[in-house]
Amino acid sequence: MLQSVAKALPSDQKQGLLLLYQMILIRRFEEKAAEQYSKAKIRGFLHLYIGEEAVAVGVIQALNDDDNVLATYREHGHALARGIDADSIMAEMYGKLEGCSRGRGGSMHLFDVSKNFFGGNAIVCSHLPVAVGMALASKKQKKSNISCCFFGEGAAAEGEFHEAMNLAALWKVPVLFVCENNLYAMGTALKYSHSMTEIEKKGAAYGIESVAVDGMDLTAVIDAANKAVQKVRSETKPFLLVCNTYRFRAHSMFDAELYREKTEVDEWKKRDPIPQYQQFLLEQQWITEAEIELMKQKIEHKIQMAVDFAEAGTWEPLDQLTKFVYSEK
Amino acid sequence: MNTTLTYREALKQGIREALQKDENVFLMGEDVGRYGGAFAVSKGLLQEFGEERIMDVPLSESGFVGAGIGAALAGMKPIVEVMTVNFSLLALDQIVNNAATLQHMSGGQLHVPLVIRMGCGISKQLGAQHSHSWEPFYAHVPGLVVLSVGTHEDARGMLRLALQSQDPVVLFEYTGMLNLEKEIAVDSDILDISKGKVLKKGKDITIITYGTGVYKCLEAAAELATAGIDAEVIDLRVLRPLDEFTFLASVAKTHQAIIVEDAWRSVSISSEVSARIMEKTFYDLDAPVVRLCGVEVPMPYPAQLEEAAVPQKQDIVNAVKKMIHHD
Repeated sequence: MLQSVAKALPSDQKQGLLLLYQMILIRRFEEKAAEQYSKAKIRGFLHLYIGEEAVAVGVIQALNDDDNVLATYREHGHALARGIDADSIMAEMYGKLEGCSRGRGGSMHLFDVSKNFFGGNAIVCSHLPVAVGMALASKKQKKSNISCCFFGEGAAAEGEFHEAMNLAALWKVPVLFVCENNLYAMGTALKYSHSMTEIEKKGAAYGIESVAVDGMDLTAVIDAANKAVQKVRSETKPFLLVCNTYRFRAHSMFDAELYREKTEVDEWKKRDPIPQYQQFLLEQQWITEAEIELMKQKIEHKIQMAVDFAEAGTWEPLDQLTKFVYSEK
Repeated sequence: MNTTLTYREALKQGIREALQKDENVFLMGEDVGRYGGAFAVSKGLLQEFGEERIMDVPLSESGFVGAGIGAALAGMKPIVEVMTVNFSLLALDQIVNNAATLQHMSGGQLHVPLVIRMGCGISKQLGAQHSHSWEPFYAHVPGLVVLSVGTHEDARGMLRLALQSQDPVVLFEYTGMLNLEKEIAVDSDILDISKGKVLKKGKDITIITYGTGVYKCLEAAAELATAGIDAEVIDLRVLRPLDEFTFLASVAKTHQAIIVEDAWRSVSISSEVSARIMEKTFYDLDAPVVRLCGVEVPMPYPAQLEEAAVPQKQDIVNAVKKMIHHD
């Protein structure tokens, strides 16, 4: 069965609330990032994760701290879900020394080795072989950690996707491929870039177990991710999890969205993962409306603190320009 | 005590020693195991070290070079063999966009201690797609260490030092030299991969080269000596970060320089070396720098054209005589 319709509860109430907190934090963080971008505080390319929050949050909650996470250039959400502090992410987007990559990376290159978070990779699909190699190292070193690699459906048209899938299956390494299918590779719709639009079917060619899940429903993602991670870890083999999702915002800040109808965006917004999950928690009686409000206020404060932190940050002195090209002896 | 060995044997000794010394070292590449290496460099290593250490990989240059980067990030010391430089462009994204940038983009958090070995240069009439000399491509990229194995000593010793680097190393080996036998000291060892080397001292002119040019230039220098010209020969060895001190010091002494390489002339290693000589030791020069490079043509198949496409010993001898005698 390639479609997963099962749902799973978070492990307990505390965890359930944390996941809501993470999703709202990501949403508001991204909205604030857009705001700071329009004020020219953040430059370069900025890709927002708004609409797709349930994917990063649902998958990353299934991982252990020592698992490796590799993501794309639309990775602020993954970084936050992985526990990298909003302060250091905002500072990174400002290009400040206090950023998680010392300001050298920017929005598309968030790294934090202490969280086993390996980017922030901005060449589409280029990090898939790297994830396979990290999983190979785990296997060679007889470690129990796995590597989890997020990518868009656009990446599945790259040759490296197929090379990475083949190598992972051939070597039987513990890597979880998570395809965030948001239906558009920049502005090119899925049907214009893939002859086989059900990405999960591509796993079969490599003997890789694959499943597709509603990426707008956090409980569905949790269920599918928990099962996938368990398989990858216990059986030491790759797995392809396709999360069907949608980005509500433009591809980047330079996108007039000529390629899709506003009505389509509005339809998808009706499936917004955050209200859906809030409703679930309310029905579960794990949270009240008042507590949600309180949580939102806390998040507002946190994000304002992140902006203040970034504003107060340091510009790296020019005499350090050539650092980090070669390792210091 | 001396020993006679081929360039191939020297390379193999280097790999073998690296595998013996560190359990985290493993070799992966196309046909390195069961086939014994496309050029028989790794023949027998699979039997000696097993499948975990000697990994045959499918024809997925980008995939397995990327996997090497990942394994290096996660604490292993991979030696990735890309059968020849000709195929390495399929992995150029991984080498340039990942291996060379990850340390920088992560603000110094990540290191990629990876060695990528590539067969390079002309062999015997392999035509336009199998005869490339692309050292300049890689030498252009900050973040990479680019080494050129021009001698048997380096063939045996460079890999060991390359594996001690925290940064990605591209190691060029020369398929055309594999069968070449040389006598070297049994205990010969090299001490660094940061400097060029004066292989023959001389006072009249500096001949600067690397890779397949090294033995040709040494032979040319020997012939020039019989004509009373005392040439100094420098093997660059390290193409990035380029060691300029060795050749600048030599040029300051001899006052004349000729640069010899197989790579295409425009935007080449010799372009860079020549520019640095001009920038830094111009007033020591008695004459313009001369370059002997690959002719700018895709490598032709016929032997006589192939030979004419890159500098040969006689070209070097002739060019040096012309410079010395101001013909």
